[in-house]
Amino acid sequence: MPQGLQLFPQQASTIAKHVDWLYFFLIAVTIFFATLVCVLVTFFMIRYRRGAKVDRSNPVNHSTTLELLWTGIPLVLAMVIFAWGAVLFYAIQTPGQGAMEIYVVGKQWMWKLQHPAGKKEINELHVPLGKRVRLTMTSEDVIHSFYVPAFRIKKDVLPGRYTTLWFEATKLGTFHLFCAEYCGLGHSRMIGRVVVMTPGDYEKWLSGGGNEEPLEVSGERLFQRLACATCHREDSKGRGPSLAGVFGTSVRLKSGASVVADESYIRESILEPQAKLTAGFDPVMPTFTGQLGEEGIIQLIAYIKSLARKPDSSAPPTPPTSH
Amino acid sequence: MESASNGHGHEHGHEHGHGGDHIHPPPSNFLTKYVFSTDHKVIAVQFFCMGFTMFLVGGLFALLLRWQIAYPFQPLPFGLGEVIYASAPGHTMPPESYPTLVTMHGTVMVFFVIIPLLTGAFGNYLIPLKIGARDMAFPLLNMLSYWVAVPAGVLIIMAFLSEAGGPGAGWTSYPPLSALPQASPGSGAGQTLWLLSIFCVGWSSIMGGINYLTTIINLRAPGMSLTRMPLSVWALFITSVLQVLATPVLAAASILLLFDKLLGTSFFLPAGINVGGQAIAQAGGGNPLLFQHLFWFYSHPAVYILVLPAMGLVSDIIPTFTRKPIFGYKAMAYSMAAIAGLGFIVWGHHMFQAGMNPYVATSFMVATMVIATPSSVKVFNWLGSLYGGSIRFTTPMLCCLAFVSMFIIGGLSGVFLAATPVDIFFHDTYYVVAHIHYVVFGGSVFGIFAGLYYWFPKVTGRKMSEFWGKVHFWLSFVSFNGVFFPMHILGIGGMMRRIADPTIYQHLAPLQSWNVYITMFAVVLGFSQFIVIANIAVSLLRGERVGENPWEATTLEWTTASPPPYYNYLQIPTVHHPPYEFSVPGMESDYIVQSAPPRSA
Ligand code: HEC
Ligand code: HEM
Ligand SMILES: [Cu+2]
Ligand SMILES: [Cu+2]
Repeated sequence: MPQGLQLFPQQASTIAKHVDWLYFFLIAVTIFFATLVCVLVTFFMIRYRRGAKVDRSNPVNHSTTLELLWTGIPLVLAMVIFAWGAVLFYAIQTPGQGAMEIYVVGKQWMWKLQHPAGKKEINELHVPLGKRVRLTMTSEDVIHSFYVPAFRIKKDVLPGRYTTLWFEATKLGTFHLFCAEYCGLGHSRMIGRVVVMTPGDYEKWLSGGGNEEPLEVSGERLFQRLACATCHREDSKGRGPSLAGVFGTSVRLKSGASVVADESYIRESILEPQAKLTAGFDPVMPTFTGQLGEEGIIQLIAYIKSLARKPDSSAPPTPPTSH
Repeated sequence: MESASNGHGHEHGHEHGHGGDHIHPPPSNFLTKYVFSTDHKVIAVQFFCMGFTMFLVGGLFALLLRWQIAYPFQPLPFGLGEVIYASAPGHTMPPESYPTLVTMHGTVMVFFVIIPLLTGAFGNYLIPLKIGARDMAFPLLNMLSYWVAVPAGVLIIMAFLSEAGGPGAGWTSYPPLSALPQASPGSGAGQTLWLLSIFCVGWSSIMGGINYLTTIINLRAPGMSLTRMPLSVWALFITSVLQVLATPVLAAASILLLFDKLLGTSFFLPAGINVGGQAIAQAGGGNPLLFQHLFWFYSHPAVYILVLPAMGLVSDIIPTFTRKPIFGYKAMAYSMAAIAGLGFIVWGHHMFQAGMNPYVATSFMVATMVIATPSSVKVFNWLGSLYGGSIRFTTPMLCCLAFVSMFIIGGLSGVFLAATPVDIFFHDTYYVVAHIHYVVFGGSVFGIFAGLYYWFPKVTGRKMSEFWGKVHFWLSFVSFNGVFFPMHILGIGGMMRRIADPTIYQHLAPLQSWNVYITMFAVVLGFSQFIVIANIAVSLLRGERVGENPWEATTLEWTTASPPPYYNYLQIPTVHHPPYEFSVPGMESDYIVQSAPPRSA
């Protein structure tokens, strides 16, 4: 196909071909209906133009059968597209177990990425081929959107909360990474790339360069330095609740409601501790707004997550899907 | 339909004066006659002039955008840069102008062109005439709704010219970008003025809507039962319901955002945000998604505010030029009601990628898929209306045919966007831009052109030139497709919307020539509009004079003089017929006006 007229860009992730099948089906439906309507309009225009000698003695102005047909058929088609789309959409939104976790922070106008082993990158994401990668994303300032066309993924990156995205690359090489949501004057320059490597190369790449420490270790150090540990003790005798095992569980609040302790909840607990008070505790936790950047918060979250894994080393708790 | 021949509603009309039989003398003073007029016909013309002027302004913005996309940061041709970008270095587009122009183009076209033209101009002109009333139920409110729209227009121009920078967060103006001047130069005074303008224009819309609803419910002429109302009146009725229910939400959203900007509140700003490393002190507790929900809760119904009246106009015009009743009158009315009803529960389809729970997304998806059904019913019914007709290819009819065939393309691309997995790819790309323009330009704007050519003789007593009308139509139609069809291809190729410079993207390099073609067609499309302006101007002075009913149409407005007198009808007509009685078998004339004496059965 000529380059300027492709039907879709290359496919480079496991979901891409599924998305494209639905897309091709839609193209078929569209061509059918668009042709039908345009041909009929033209045909009627010619056949029933003023002065043409055709039988007009019995004008049809209403036909219940016809009307039911052309309500019913599009409705059934629409429902087929809906069912197909919905099933696929769940699959695309649910990362499943055992994905490798990478944190993304967007800001005007760059992407900052952090690997679990601590390696940091800017505007570049290295991932291993054939492994599920789950991105947990947030923004420092305004709304951005993480878009990798070849993987058929796109998700807004919002300040103040975490959104997630997953993919599994099926091709080695370099792929475009864009910001799709208008985010200020430098928006069109917010370009990055995703480099897919063989798992071996990826390991080598990870261990190259400075010896970064894993996120949860940096998180633990922050936890000590900011004196979180004075209140949050493992033995549940502190002024705050023990954070061991809390991630991914449901927390009962003073208001009587309960919430799942996901990334966004932990972030909120750190920056706005009074917003959702845990049942059974006094509102004594100070806010850490202004003392922590998004990266620091992510390190703390990684640490608190790692606490959740410790007591029971078998299956990690299922991370909640995005909200 | 027989059962409805007794005109309810009309009896109440007497007490309110304007629906009643007594006739007010027209105002003699220039100011009350032409400026602060309460006459719905004058107000309609005022809205038309404002809307059409803004159409040219919005179009100019679009051409500047197109030039930039085709030839990024290169000087405009013919030394125009020295005039337009006089103060910019090198007389080329300064980087901060692009987002401002995108924002202004969208805002002007939606709020100051399509809505004022369809509801303000056509709604105002046609509703009282078509239902056989002397004026709106609340003439003073009607005048106010115009005189609130004018300051809104002034405010939006002030926003554009704002010294700190015009608003630049898109017509959707999502916070935090729109809330924080630190994040975007246009988010200072420019954005504040934008919000005030939107607030005012929203009021205008609400006042108009209330007036139209009251008028249609109470002031119908005797015999004008609901099932005898022309479809344009149905469309405007349903549109008014949308305006009255949805616009207050937009007003609320803009007020909350104004508070965030001016009073230091934090409705939309979450804790801990930093811009350029600078912490935002006021931020905390807010949620940027809340704005998106409020905005789209208005703006999805608003896209139907943009198209339903045009559907109504087209449904009125097609029967006249096919000499045949509209196909499936009831299905046409029901489907419009269904579109409007469903239109309230689909707003989330603009936020599929915004971090929404997939279960919630699915419920928005199913509603959006369903809404495609009544849309397709309408298209098939218009097709049915052509079947067996005797088609007269006048300019308004050509515009209607364009409407039908362009609307189906826009509706179908909407289905791609409604299918969430596919929308992941297309969201925020030029595919969405193509979709928007097929429905709003291919649909609403051609509907407006159809209405202009069709009712111009009623408004002025003179016909527009058919020849120049057709030239304008064909140029617009061809260049419209030349501009917007390739945008599908750009979207498929992954070109994001709102980017100032596509040439810095490697993957778009093979597509750049499309951008150049599009810009060439856009210039043709833009300049073609001068033909219609010239046509209006010349026809006003020298157009062929016409009588009451030049098109041999059936609805009530064609039974009074062209232009209609101040009081519309000397005697309030009594309605005996459904709206589109064409080619009734066994009749001598091929049309029967609604107020013709009943057929003795
Ligand atoms: C002055 C004591 C104190 C300090 C210091 C403190 N917290 Fe807390 N924290 C609390 C209390 C009390 C609660 C429960 C009430 C509430 O929700 O605010 C709490 C709740 C939490 C929760 C929610 C846990 C749940 O089960 O709902 C998290 C997460 C948390 N803190 C993290 C931190 C982190 C991280 C730090 C250090 C940056 C920190 N806290 C510092 C007292 C403290
Ligand atoms: C068959 C009916 C339609 C369907 C299924 C449909 C579906 C959609 C969807 C899903 C989107 C969101 C795309 C995205 O941002 O990813 C969208 C955007 C849009 N639609 Fe439609 N649509 C339909 C008809 C219309 C009509 C009739 C109009 C206007 C007259 C319209 C105007 C718009 C506009 C203006 C946007 C873009 C808003 C923006 O992001 O700036 N649509 N449509
Ligand atoms: Cu961006
Ligand atoms: Cu919508």
